[in-house]
Amino acid sequence: MNEEGGYNLRLYVAGQTPKSVAALANLTKLCELHLPGRYKIEVVDLMKDPALAQRDQIVAIPTLIRQLPEPLRRVIGDLSNADKVLVGLDIQPT
Amino acid sequence: MCLGVSAVSADMLLQHDRGLPAIEKCPTGIGGLDEITYGGLPKGRPTLLCGSAGCGKTLFSMTFLYNGVINHDEPGVFIAFEEKPQDLIKNVGSLRYDLERLIDAGKLAVDHIHIDRNEIEEAGNYDLEGLFIRLGFAIDSVGAKRVVIDTIETLFGGLDNHALLRSELRRLFEFLKDKGVTAIITGERGEGSLTRHGLEEYVADCVILLDNRVHDQLSTRRLRVVKYRGSAHGTNEYPFIIDHQGITVMPITSSGLAHDASSERVSSGIPDLDSMLEGKGYFRGSSILVSGMAGSGKSTTAAHFADSICSSGERCVYFAMEESPQQIIRNMRSIGLDLKQWVDNDLLRFSARRPNLYGLETHLAAMHREVMEYQPAAVIVDPMSALMSAGVTGDVHSMILRLVDFLKSRDVTALFTNLGGVQAETATTQMQISSLMDTWLLLYNRESNGEHNRQLYLLKSRGMAHSNQVREFIMTPDGIRLREAYIGPEGVLTGSARLAQEVKDRANRIQRDQDLERKARELERKRQATNAQIEMLQAQLANEERELAHLGKERADREAQLSMDTQAMAASRYGARSKAERARPLSKIER
Repeated sequence: MNEEGGYNLRLYVAGQTPKSVAALANLTKLCELHLPGRYKIEVVDLMKDPALAQRDQIVAIPTLIRQLPEPLRRVIGDLSNADKVLVGLDIQPT
Repeated sequence: MCLGVSAVSADMLLQHDRGLPAIEKCPTGIGGLDEITYGGLPKGRPTLLCGSAGCGKTLFSMTFLYNGVINHDEPGVFIAFEEKPQDLIKNVGSLRYDLERLIDAGKLAVDHIHIDRNEIEEAGNYDLEGLFIRLGFAIDSVGAKRVVIDTIETLFGGLDNHALLRSELRRLFEFLKDKGVTAIITGERGEGSLTRHGLEEYVADCVILLDNRVHDQLSTRRLRVVKYRGSAHGTNEYPFIIDHQGITVMPITSSGLAHDASSERVSSGIPDLDSMLEGKGYFRGSSILVSGMAGSGKSTTAAHFADSICSSGERCVYFAMEESPQQIIRNMRSIGLDLKQWVDNDLLRFSARRPNLYGLETHLAAMHREVMEYQPAAVIVDPMSALMSAGVTGDVHSMILRLVDFLKSRDVTALFTNLGGVQAETATTQMQISSLMDTWLLLYNRESNGEHNRQLYLLKSRGMAHSNQVREFIMTPDGIRLREAYIGPEGVLTGSARLAQEVKDRANRIQRDQDLERKARELERKRQATNAQIEMLQAQLANEERELAHLGKERADREAQLSMDTQAMAASRYGARSKAERARPLSKIER
């Protein structure tokens, strides 16, 4: 899944809050639609590993970070606004 | 000003007396601030620290944390929105705060929260749980009791959803309270409100405002406790300074005017002046003002005092505002004062600085610090009037007031010199400080008969019977002498007029002496003449007596001869005529 042009996405959440759940659902739906087979989603629960919040400069929850392709990009919110997520991740809608 | 604070402290006392629950305080360790707030910031609650850029908010809050770790073993967390930890560590390194050591020791956590609007796309609802997690993690990792968030308003620039931010801020302050940490939240000063985004709405317990005002190109920082829920506090604006030794707030120290009054005396160093002060000198811990025109001998009087303090083995600090220490030492040598020996023996410290080098507050703080460090028995400020150039009149007055209070509270005798203009004789000084002074010496330089003569007058000296005389002030190679002014039929004379009068007096006296001598001589001569005459007359008399005696004898001789002749004649006549001759008297022949 990590071939050329693949998206490496990391979603930071804090426990199973409605926003977190919604964000993951929205992200999965969006990726399936626009990046089928070209993405990988990693969910980081800061409740379990709070030190990561500092390391990765997380303030808002949920935060989505595009690790790959470079450069790093951030989208915050429950990702309900798909257009903005696409702009944020710099994905060409298909 | 003083009344306000003392009234407040009286309330405080009452509260304590009644045993009512008082708010627990968290000392900041910032000199002066803990006095104004009667103990520090509200413990376990957030405090808002606001002010415009460059007021020292970051240094202030870092000092709070640093002192917490060093003095109270209370670990701290610094959440920086504006500066990176490395920059922060460097910046406060100038205050000799070794943050890296504290971080390594696990006593301090610094977290830099970086938010860049350009990197973030907002897509849907979110909250700031990440911030809470970081904050909670940092607090837990060091067991923090103190937290600083500097400057949280940066979030408003980084995120669009301000309604959400506001509710999250409210939650943040609740979170901090729940954590039981004493927190400082800094905020930028806004127009028409304390902070740009109205943080004061959320932080209601304690609000401190910092301000930096520039007057005559000299800036003065000021601090004011705007509100302090549940506690009394000083309500004024208090100047504060930031320098290499940290932050010092300058409250009017002994606001209650409750300093001890010593009845011990210290010599003025001028025996003649001591004699005007009941023969003992100034009171220890009193403040003395020496005012006069240029060249009237103010510094010399001050130097005498310094010499006297050092001679008794005590320490003295000489704040020189116009002359360099070397110059003062050289000049005082000319009147027989060797100040160098005291400097060498570490009894006298010169602290020379140009008045316009810093603002008043910095001067004041520097003086405070010098006094705290050196522990002198006396302090000289020469001349105090030079400070006028470092601030406006009101500020100078308040500064001197605070300095006098501070020195009195430490039982330090303070001598201030003041360069008065022509008006020096009138009972007012430019800075209105005369009422703060216990002893006031006026030095005149009066012109009369084409010369200026120095005069000294003891205008007031609280608590002692002092001389009311104007004395002539003379500088000799052996120091200052105060001569009683000449008082005669011509009035009070000084200088050469006095000398002339004295010469005249002396001439008169000599003249009288000479007259007397002459008279005596004349009498003696007369006596001698008389005696001679008496002797002569007695000699004459003796001569005459002798002559008389001689004549008497001659007569007796002649009579004796005559009678013998007569008898002889008679005898011869008897021989011729016998009886007839004898019966006839002989008178014819005799005569």
